[in-house]
Amino acid sequence: MKKLNGIKLKHRKNTENSATVEFPVPAKVRIPMSMHMGAPCDPIVKVGDEVRVGQKIGESGAAFSVPVHSSVSGVVKAITDYRNAMGAVCKAVEIETDGKQELSGDIKPPPCATKEDFIKAVRESGAVGLGGAGFPTHIKMNPKAEIDTLIINGAECEPYITADYREMIEHPQDVIGGIDLVKKKLGIKQAKLAIEANKPEAIKNFTEMAANDDTIDIVTLPSSYPQGAEKVIIYNSTGRIVNEGTLPADAGVIVMNVSTAAFLYRYCNSGIPLVSRRMTVDGNAVGEPKNVSVPIGTSFHDVLDFCKTDIDALKKVIAGGPMMGMSVPDIDMPVVKTSNALLAFKSYDERKTSSCIRCGRCVDVCPLGLMPAEIDKAYRIKDIDDLKKLKVMLCMNCGSCTYVCPANRKLAETNQLAKSLIPRK
Amino acid sequence: MNRLIVSPSPHDENYLKTSTIMLNVIIALLPAYIAGCVYFGLRAVAVGAICIGSCVLFEFLCRKLMKRENTIADLSAVVTGLLLAMNLPASIPLWIPVIGSFVAIVVVKQLFGGLGQNFANPAITARIVLMVSFPAAMTKWTEPFTHTDLDAISSATPLPLAGTDNAASYLDLFIGKCGGCLGETCAAALLIGGLYLAARRIINLAAPLSFIGSLFILSWIGGSDPVYQILAGGVFIGAFFMATDYATTPITTKGKIVFGLGCGIITFVIRRFGSFPEGVSFSILLMNVLTPYIEQLTRTKVLGAKEAEKNE
Repeated sequence: MKKLNGIKLKHRKNTENSATVEFPVPAKVRIPMSMHMGAPCDPIVKVGDEVRVGQKIGESGAAFSVPVHSSVSGVVKAITDYRNAMGAVCKAVEIETDGKQELSGDIKPPPCATKEDFIKAVRESGAVGLGGAGFPTHIKMNPKAEIDTLIINGAECEPYITADYREMIEHPQDVIGGIDLVKKKLGIKQAKLAIEANKPEAIKNFTEMAANDDTIDIVTLPSSYPQGAEKVIIYNSTGRIVNEGTLPADAGVIVMNVSTAAFLYRYCNSGIPLVSRRMTVDGNAVGEPKNVSVPIGTSFHDVLDFCKTDIDALKKVIAGGPMMGMSVPDIDMPVVKTSNALLAFKSYDERKTSSCIRCGRCVDVCPLGLMPAEIDKAYRIKDIDDLKKLKVMLCMNCGSCTYVCPANRKLAETNQLAKSLIPRK
Repeated sequence: MNRLIVSPSPHDENYLKTSTIMLNVIIALLPAYIAGCVYFGLRAVAVGAICIGSCVLFEFLCRKLMKRENTIADLSAVVTGLLLAMNLPASIPLWIPVIGSFVAIVVVKQLFGGLGQNFANPAITARIVLMVSFPAAMTKWTEPFTHTDLDAISSATPLPLAGTDNAASYLDLFIGKCGGCLGETCAAALLIGGLYLAARRIINLAAPLSFIGSLFILSWIGGSDPVYQILAGGVFIGAFFMATDYATTPITTKGKIVFGLGCGIITFVIRRFGSFPEGVSFSILLMNVLTPYIEQLTRTKVLGAKEAEKNE
């Protein structure tokens, strides 16, 4: 089996030993109606309504969508327009909290006897992929193709982030429980829990826990970025290739983030939907880097304050990891379902871009075998035929090419711009 | 609070710069250049200084004239100057290297768009231009350690002497105690520099190995002394420092192997059947020209990609 390319990153997992702390109830939250891929929800509460934790406040008629729940108890103060870091606008529900955090009366363990009930329950839980992409989990669970392997993504290959790692260390029973649950309900024979080699403690624990269960394999992924990318983790844990234009399901696999699996297990036992999440707060502007379990809708500002951040000195704030995260324009943005990390920096070197020297480093590191230098050249002359031949549409924007470029060319960005030149069929 | 910087991901990088790469190439060239200065004396030092100085000056002036950004800080002009000097005989009249520098920097590099855009290796092309323009001066070789009496002594390079009684010993060839361009004779120092670059992951050894390997095998099959053929002449400097030039050689490993094989074959053919005793420079230049075609045919295979659809 051919080894995929990758890059060696400084892991910077400064928070790997910091146990998750509970975030104090914020004074107010702002909960966007779109924190997932697919159709945004419409608010189903009005200004002045009282809401409780776990109460559904947003719903959509579309199948490719997930409902949104209140993360706090309190009163709806406003329903406003909200622009996310991608530039898309949706409604957001602003709630002033009462500090009591009373659970909604509707909350009870969902019926999930059959596969259909289970998938329905997963949609009702508001679950999306917690690794960062926000793909609705129930859509993933209902593929057309036959699935024989469930891959649980515990790679967490981005620097700084330890949110999934803390899940694996603090709640290993929930992780195993979630894997069993999904496996049984969907009738999948084999599960593989894939963890990057830089997390030996998690690998050891799970290897011991799954020692007597031959339906769960623990896979050690090589310590090279990006192991967590869907195509890479599928290839490295099963040897299967997801072909162009097909889905992982067509290769017989479903990939699910490890925190998502653990969440589903807790949801099926408690009925509490996705209303908070663990995030890693780190970066050189953060006084006390840590893992925090934060109610969804809490502003980044509150989270940064909680972690003793030097707000006045901030230069750059990233929602997510340094390789694929989004740098945000302001810190009033709320924590959403996919916020696995919040990185705040007081220094940021912006190096000048110079000419491509054709050193080929970008080609040597691309995990998919793309040629970013050639794509860059074809993009500059708008050679759409060549861009197609160079398969730019397959780029997953892992950022490895930009990372290694000695001329500091923004190759990953160029790939995304080049994609937009290719007409969609 | 400051205004936050918003930029596309990734937000981290490995801080390797173009100038760091060039600096490493300079470091790798130094042992062979110093060996040249030891063998051929102050004259070699002067040729080096003139080449580097005039290359940097031409780069500066040319960019200025074209109203483009000043690029001398990327050190690529220094590399070109040093490489050019190492490809000249120490006895060369000191104004000729200035012409070589002009050809290398202005004609070959900047007129085609500057760093990374040139299709031919600047130092090699300058050497060839000087060789056909000033054949006498470019083939006047001095014996090592005779620099006190520079103009009096000239000797043939080891290549035409191959197989004769005057052939150099392997040891002399390896340590560079023979006639030739001031930086190409000491195979040992060039090897050290090449291995240093490979260890620092600045160069890929695919091209040098296929170049030297194919020349070795062809010379062997052709009945020449293969060890002598690879140690003599410009094979090591060409293989490690010019057949690995980023801009003018293919970008993929497969392409680099093809490039090296081509260089080995052409060098062999010129040495064996051509009217020039040495063919390394021509072989690299010819392969530079073929590089875009090699590149088209040696693109990487993308994981899971469908074959290109016809008539799309």
